Amino acid sequence: MAAKVVDIRGLSLTFATKDGPVYALSEIDLTIRRGEFVSFIGPSGCGKTTLLRVIADLEKSTGGSIAINGLSPEDARLQRAYGYVFQAPALYPWRNIERNVTLPLEIMGMPRAERQARARKYLDLVNLGGFERKFPWQLSGGMQQRASIARALSFEPDLLLMDEPFGALDEIVRDHLNEQLLRLWDKTEKTVVFVTHSIPEAVFLSSKIVVMSPRPGRIIDVIETDFPRDRSLDIRETPEFLKIAHRVREGLRAGHAYED
Amino acid sequence: MAAAKTTPITRLLAGHAGPVAVLGLAFLGLWYAGAVWLNADLQIDAFARAGTDWGFSDLVAGTWAQERPLLPAPHQVLAEMWKTIAETGITSKRSLVFHGWVTLSSTLLGFAAGTLLGILLAVGIVHVRVLEKSLMPWIIASQTIPILAVAPMVIVVLGAIGLKGLIPKAVISTYLCFFPVAIGMVKGLRAPDLLQLDLMWTYSASARQTFFYLRWPTALPFLFAGLKVAISISLVGAIIAELPTGAQAGLGARLLAGSYYGQTIQIWSALVTAALMAALLVALMGGIERQVARLMGARP
Repeated sequence: MAAKVVDIRGLSLTFATKDGPVYALSEIDLTIRRGEFVSFIGPSGCGKTTLLRVIADLEKSTGGSIAINGLSPEDARLQRAYGYVFQAPALYPWRNIERNVTLPLEIMGMPRAERQARARKYLDLVNLGGFERKFPWQLSGGMQQRASIARALSFEPDLLLMDEPFGALDEIVRDHLNEQLLRLWDKTEKTVVFVTHSIPEAVFLSSKIVVMSPRPGRIIDVIETDFPRDRSLDIRETPEFLKIAHRVREGLRAGHAYED
Repeated sequence: MAAAKTTPITRLLAGHAGPVAVLGLAFLGLWYAGAVWLNADLQIDAFARAGTDWGFSDLVAGTWAQERPLLPAPHQVLAEMWKTIAETGITSKRSLVFHGWVTLSSTLLGFAAGTLLGILLAVGIVHVRVLEKSLMPWIIASQTIPILAVAPMVIVVLGAIGLKGLIPKAVISTYLCFFPVAIGMVKGLRAPDLLQLDLMWTYSASARQTFFYLRWPTALPFLFAGLKVAISISLVGAIIAELPTGAQAGLGARLLAGSYYGQTIQIWSALVTAALMAALLVALMGGIERQVARLMGARP
């Protein structure tokens, strides 16, 4: 069995607010192995983004344990173990596309020639070759998000954390980027953790779907899928796909029924 | 819009030059009218003393040509400026270029020091929590003190410890112009959004790297907004600093000497020169700002 990349045991996170504690995450148990594509799906407020941010050391858990490659999230971050893709591209507007992609490399102290080679390689990978000298405002939203993915890939982390990266894009662009992302995952064998609130997106992309529910944020179902790694968008019409989508929907509904 | 006929006039009004020129002409008209109105009494007295008959056109011509008018006409000011800027050697005590340079040098020195001070204060305030609480009220309080009242004391005190001439004037300019820079930079250094800061965190960037890669470039537009205010009040500070101490040189000294001897034309030409200098300095800042924005890939 592949090595554990993320190992979470009984993790909880409680925010202390003026109106009393908010239980953002409660009793989370989750193992993510090398090479998996794991989606967190759930309604807003279920803690899926928070869980991703805990993995990235952007939030601190208040209970339980979490290990990234056997290290604490902070040590993993200091080792630059993961690349993070945010909901918005968050490109720096005063840097052209190439210099946005090389930003993490500059921070890590990589020599200039090597940085440029990396930028070229990963901009080609996300089909943005030739846009090196453009500034972010000259690119469409989808192209900007692809540039931000190239930026996350540029320092070649084994773990890719993606927080609803295609949430703000229209469906056609989204389908296209989903396919590109799958191909990338297939080629590079990276571990991907992907937050979404779209059922088809989660089922199409994932090898493992984590269904979450709000108040308190918790995991209510974990579904393993066995679609081939080089699947195409056509699988969305297959009975298998619809069965899994149905199970995810049932899970989400159960999570809500709990509230009423 | 339908293809309207473009005449030279419509083209002029469409740009900046047209409206600015129209306003300028209106202002000149008001100035000339004001000169007639304010100088009329003196002129009528003069006619009476000389025992000459006079009509309205004589009155107008007279009020625009007095030697010591209450309000000199624009062409008198221009003539004086031409004489003292172009026709007088720049080393002469009567040259406005000489006086302008004296004021400009302390303006620029004070501006440079004030900008540096403003930036350093802002960096401290943004990075050290204690400084924010302790410095900010003092920075704001500093600007409520009337500088006209403080300037003589500062200059006397500095003079007592042997600092004379350029430095004390630059200190007054610094005192005035660090403020807009500091306030603008505090806002600017805090302008990066959370996502951009989170990104730096995921790269394990040091505070120093976050500053140079993110905070500083984000703050630059705020810095330039502050600099444009700072450079013009720096000039005001330099002139104010020349007023109370009987400085021998500078536009402020020129203003003071003019008012001692009732040389209104001299006062006004120094004033207009100062205004032109301020406009040029602000325009220069605007030019640098645009150049920097272009290099930073701003949308044209």
